[in-house]
Amino acid sequence: MAAARLRSPVGRAIGLGSAKEGVEHWWLQRVTAVALVPLTLWFVISVVRLSSADIDTVRDWVGRPLPAILLVLLLIAAFWHASLGLQVVIEDYVHTDLAKLGLLIVIRLACFALAVAGVIAVLGIAFGTS
Amino acid sequence: MRSADRPISPHLQIYRWQLTSVLSILHRAAGVWLSVGTIVLVWWLVAAASSPEAFDAVAEFLDSWLGMVLLLGWSVALFYHLCNGIRHLVWDTGHGLDLKSTYLGGWLVLGGTAVLTLIAWGAVIVGWAD
Repeated sequence: MAAARLRSPVGRAIGLGSAKEGVEHWWLQRVTAVALVPLTLWFVISVVRLSSADIDTVRDWVGRPLPAILLVLLLIAAFWHASLGLQVVIEDYVHTDLAKLGLLIVIRLACFALAVAGVIAVLGIAFGTS
Repeated sequence: MRSADRPISPHLQIYRWQLTSVLSILHRAAGVWLSVGTIVLVWWLVAAASSPEAFDAVAEFLDSWLGMVLLLGWSVALFYHLCNGIRHLVWDTGHGLDLKSTYLGGWLVLGGTAVLTLIAWGAVIVGWAD
């Protein structure tokens, strides 16, 4: 096992590998996935019930405490999960450095911006400020 | 032949497709497609927080022929990614990784996707509401 000998004892103990993040990416992808199982099922049932609802009905629903909380959790988990997943897809399939770097930055910022926009919209309705 | 022109595995023109590999790439495709769908989710929430005109614009888009096709696509992708994501979480525990189980799980995922899609759209069509 030449590879094992080349690795320093400190590197092995810290266990973060060459990317210096260990299993964090993999782990967060799973944690957000577990959160999204009940959240997406709840969301699907909710939007089916809201199909062809007018704005007042939707705002009444969004503004209630439980839907507001679950929507915010859904937005955070979904965009976190999407950001991690899209990052892997780009790393696997985009092979020119500039395009890869650009896409990684755009995807990360877009996911963060969309999550913030969604959360602000939900909170605005819930707190009666929009 | 220059090294860059050599076929790399899997060489798609002569590659024999199997259920397992097709479901694997579909999981990624569904994830990317769902990421696009989150833009509409945020658009819907921000519109509900903004004005009746903004909300009507979203409703008009989703009620259109194109909107319905997109919604159908997102619902199929969501149920597929959800079912196959659970399959992945089971694999992460070290279970179901033998050939027989991966095929059985694959067919269960496809069946689950079809059933959940039919239930959701059936509920929309018969107008299951409050």
